[in-house]
Amino acid sequence: MSASDADVGAVVTGIGVTAPTGIGIHAHWQSVLDGKTGIGRITRFDPESYPVRYAGQVPGFAARERVPGRLIPQTDHWTHLALAAADDALGDAGVDPAGLPEYEMAVVTSSSSGGTEFGQHEMERLYRNGPSWVGAYQSIAWFYAATTGQVSIRHGMRGPCGVICAEQAGGLDALGQARRLARSGYRLVVSGGTDASLCPYGLSAQLATGRLSTVDDPTRAYLPFDAGASGYLPGEGGAILIVENGRHARERGAGEGYGSILGYAAGFDPPPGSERPPALRRTVTAALADARLAPGDVDVVFADAAGSPDLDAAESAAITAVFGQRGVPVTAPKTLTGRLYGGGAPLDVATALLAVRDGVVPPTVGVTRPDPDLDLVLGEPRELPLRRALVLARGHGGFTAAMVVGTSRRR
Amino acid sequence: MTSFTLDDLRELLGSIAGVDEFTDLSGDIADVPLADLGYDSLAMLELAGHVQRRYGVSIPDEAVERMTTPRGTVDYINAQFATVG
Repeated sequence: MSASDADVGAVVTGIGVTAPTGIGIHAHWQSVLDGKTGIGRITRFDPESYPVRYAGQVPGFAARERVPGRLIPQTDHWTHLALAAADDALGDAGVDPAGLPEYEMAVVTSSSSGGTEFGQHEMERLYRNGPSWVGAYQSIAWFYAATTGQVSIRHGMRGPCGVICAEQAGGLDALGQARRLARSGYRLVVSGGTDASLCPYGLSAQLATGRLSTVDDPTRAYLPFDAGASGYLPGEGGAILIVENGRHARERGAGEGYGSILGYAAGFDPPPGSERPPALRRTVTAALADARLAPGDVDVVFADAAGSPDLDAAESAAITAVFGQRGVPVTAPKTLTGRLYGGGAPLDVATALLAVRDGVVPPTVGVTRPDPDLDLVLGEPRELPLRRALVLARGHGGFTAAMVVGTSRRR
Repeated sequence: MTSFTLDDLRELLGSIAGVDEFTDLSGDIADVPLADLGYDSLAMLELAGHVQRRYGVSIPDEAVERMTTPRGTVDYINAQFATVG
């Protein structure tokens, strides 16, 4: 890619993290490198009577310390996590939105569950007491666009705003839309996303897929690409990223930031029973073509890592088809957080950019009998020069997305 | 007869619609537009719901349009108290 291409590209200049691995980039990255898990017994409600009792939860998050008091009773926990991460991301980018034209800033986030915890509380009031007991804020707190809307209002960002709901793939789709906006001239886009659906109603909805692990051991329940894979554990949180127009970022001295969004593609699986193959392989190929890169230009793959034997085999087959057997290092730091749905892929992109920055691939944790076709990075971080990472994400129901991030410089 | 005071309103607004560092409800706010204090129509709907449940009076949704200042809100709520005796 030439310098002029980088100028019109989309760069990530700020990252905010509220995840089971910690609050803030530094805590998150340290946990990831140390293999420190954020998965434990669910504490947001008593999970004793549920078949899934472990999840990734954000440690030490206090809305009172991180969210404007006015917004706390008006918004769900999932939005609280995003508002805090958005503040951190803007601070990290060194951007003061108050000094920028409001119509040149946009907000595009992903959400898979909306405000289920808030919604459950209001539904309990409806069924126990009656309609007049349902709070007025239910109307704005639980729908998918609430986070985007609150970030937009709080920071005075009136450019194109939206929310993408594509389960775990939605985070890449949101960043893909952010890149599209940045390249078309919008100055900056607050993007990424969070999810937080660890309440009885939310967990029950997740159980319906049959994809969650019921293994009663938090260290053995979520083992993607392992012979003992049994499903996944859910988690809460995610990451908010500041995506800027490359020229604007360079002009204000932010350079390429953490790196560029070099390529992106989305696909959708054929219906169950179809003889056509899953969308992942062609989505990866399309993302590489969009980035004008060859498979050999990718230094590491952050896997979707669904944790079910059939989905893991399909992902392994797609990676192997594009990169060859053990042809590229593969990792899944989400083994420390569980799958975060709308927040999962943004956190993976953030982690991938930090990996490129520091030249180290964080490990997949807990896996002891890995798929022999994959060069899965296990146990310890692996230091190697990294320029580009491929992030994969699949959402329940067929959503598929792939994104290439890293430096736009060839060498 | 029950009466509803400005302090009752302050307490309710703070607990149901939140306060932040930019809001000072302690001063002479009786005639300050609620919108300027940061409370929109949704906040007033929420307030109306709490008043109805706490005091057993009826406040139609349209009444919220008349609750534009703390004084007007307190007066309206007291008038509703009077109708139920």
